[in-house]
Amino acid sequence: MENKLHLSVSPHIHRKRTTTGIMLDVIIALLPTTIAGVLIFGLRALAVIGVCVGTSVLSEVLFNLIIKKKQTVKDLSCIVTGLLLALNLPANAPLWQCAVGSVFAIIVVKCLFGGIGKNVVNPAITARVFMLVAFTSLATPAFPVDSTAGATPLVSETAPELTDLLLGKVGGAIGEVCSVALLIGGVYLLIRKVISWHIPVAFIGTVFIFSFLVKDFSLSAALVQVLSGGLLIGAIFMATDYTTSPETSLGKIVFGVGAGLITALIRFWGVYPEGVSFGILLMNILNPYICSLTARKLFGGGKKK
Amino acid sequence: MAFSIKGIKVPHRKNTAGTEVKRMVIENTVTLPMVMHIGAPAVPVIKAGDEVSIGTLVAKAGDGISSPIYSSVSGNVVGISDVVISNGRKVPAIKIDSDGKNTVDENIAAPVITDKATLINAIKDSGVVGLGGAGFPTYVKFNTDKAIDYLIVNCAECEPYITSDTYTMLERADEMAYAIDVILKYIDVKKVIIGIEKNKRTAIAKMKELASKNSKISVKVLPSVYPTGGEKVLVYRTTGRVIKEGKLPADVGCIVCNCTTLATLGNYFKTGMPLVEKCVTVDGSAIQNPQNVIVPIGIAIKDVFEFTGGFKSEVGKVIYGGPMMGISVPSMDEPVLKQTNALLALNEKDSKQGEETACIQCGTCVRNCPFGINVIELARSYEKGEYDKLEKYGLGICMECGCCAYNCPANRPLVQLHKLAKISLREWKEKEGNA
Ligand code: SF4
Ligand code: SF4
Repeated sequence: MENKLHLSVSPHIHRKRTTTGIMLDVIIALLPTTIAGVLIFGLRALAVIGVCVGTSVLSEVLFNLIIKKKQTVKDLSCIVTGLLLALNLPANAPLWQCAVGSVFAIIVVKCLFGGIGKNVVNPAITARVFMLVAFTSLATPAFPVDSTAGATPLVSETAPELTDLLLGKVGGAIGEVCSVALLIGGVYLLIRKVISWHIPVAFIGTVFIFSFLVKDFSLSAALVQVLSGGLLIGAIFMATDYTTSPETSLGKIVFGVGAGLITALIRFWGVYPEGVSFGILLMNILNPYICSLTARKLFGGGKKK
Repeated sequence: MAFSIKGIKVPHRKNTAGTEVKRMVIENTVTLPMVMHIGAPAVPVIKAGDEVSIGTLVAKAGDGISSPIYSSVSGNVVGISDVVISNGRKVPAIKIDSDGKNTVDENIAAPVITDKATLINAIKDSGVVGLGGAGFPTYVKFNTDKAIDYLIVNCAECEPYITSDTYTMLERADEMAYAIDVILKYIDVKKVIIGIEKNKRTAIAKMKELASKNSKISVKVLPSVYPTGGEKVLVYRTTGRVIKEGKLPADVGCIVCNCTTLATLGNYFKTGMPLVEKCVTVDGSAIQNPQNVIVPIGIAIKDVFEFTGGFKSEVGKVIYGGPMMGISVPSMDEPVLKQTNALLALNEKDSKQGEETACIQCGTCVRNCPFGINVIELARSYEKGEYDKLEKYGLGICMECGCCAYNCPANRPLVQLHKLAKISLREWKEKEGNA
């Protein structure tokens, strides 16, 4: 009976949810969108996804090797970053640019700041903005293989059909176009409690209300704004990134409303047709302030100094 | 002032609720450490070779806050030697060899209580300490000059596995009622509130029956979330009163008393039998037959496990108390203490801590803290050595309930971090004070 007993500080039980499990859930939630993207845009989309994910993983492994840090690939977060970046790129993006973008996301935005949990801004978003600025050709989107549509819905003159927006029969980035797939992923994340509703609802709701007001109270025009461009993928998958968004419900709502306002302002009056990335990026930067302004109150008010 | 105290869902695992309770008859040696309570060590009043019976005083209360200790078996005193208790402290302990006869000390008689002072003395003499696990001498709580509006009976039993309080409620309600009657007679308490979690249906019925006999007593059914039994949480949930940092329940007109503590007092008031035995829940993934068993205080843990039928797999960890706040013990030779309410043995697999990974800033810890403590910033300040910020983020009100660590996906040992931070803060303050 005298074997060595484990000694540790309480608690002695733990909820079976790990970082790896959370990241796996995000990947699962992105599967419908990924599959839809490949179906809509063809194998070229698959190549973009492959290059982004592969380069991301490789970058993280090499970086950790060089600075002699414990490997962190196991947490799957670099796969999430690579996948999200790919889904935010057009299917005809030059593959070398995809690789450069992925290296930027992982090395510059994530690893140099100290790795998972330490980055200040979202790696995928920042890399996308970096690529947009560095390689201007990206502004030209790819079109669905079987589509004759002219431009992405946000810049086209004629309003697109709602069903086309839902099913992804429009131009845009690989993971932006199929709203149905994105919504399925969002519901999955909510059910699995990986994310809460606050950021997506505040974000999308703000864009909706803003568009409704600007577009002369037209419900369908406002709906087009919600379903077009990178709003859904941004609001559901990127703005909800733990590290770069607030912890409290109130903070999340402030964050979502802020990102929504910036998005709408850029969409209607900015030089770029799309503002989701900038909206999230700016709110990422403001995040520490939102956090401290919306921190929970201490029970009993804390210590009176 | 509305503050929503968060709580978390933990598995109940109340396998032993309402099951038959065996009494352990022993012929082994018991070990009675002089510290089984918070406060000064008790002082031995016997020597090696002395003959003692069940209920014989073997150590009187030390100076200041302390508690006396009584023999839990009949037999001979082997001697007094040092033992290391689970917080690492070395304390003297009295070892008594049982003669297996279980003779009760013939001098035992119900205490004479005539006023508040004699009541407080009786509570002190009973050797009763907070039996919910805290081990704070009970008489101290009652010995207050502050006006007391509520006596709150803690029947929450929010830790997984443990059902020894449920046993008390089901089988010892009379003793609880007796204690309440005596206390109400000499201490001016406006109301008695029995706070109980809603997952204990039969116990609630029993407590309602108890309450029906006295208009001052009421039952408050509480949500089954952890940690409802935390003192500040319970006071808030039953009375709406907020105990501020560094304050005690008495400061808001409340006395909180665990139900088993109360029942043991009731028995002492009635018969004079002090605290010598405990009902403990024996459970956990390595235990063959989970059950509640009444054991003499001081019996070695391994003897209890043997009595209940041993293990079904290799034991990796043994815990005094529940899995959320219990203390892991280094050896099964350790004795059952006054405040031990459960003995859990976990199998090897359940004993291992998950690998700690980097914090992903998910905020789960912050959202789950019952008191709104900013765990992320607290941990960050501690790791950076910025001790001046620890109190601002709420370290002073942390009750080490483990809600934060239980849910952390990065498996960070947050409670350990809070304990270390408290030590560092104290040392830092002392140094600052001297400088
Ligand atoms: S729960 Fe763990 S991983 Fe999440 S913020 Fe808190 S410490 Fe970090
Ligand atoms: S252990 Fe402390 S910080 Fe963690 S949840 Fe409990 S009270 Fe909050």
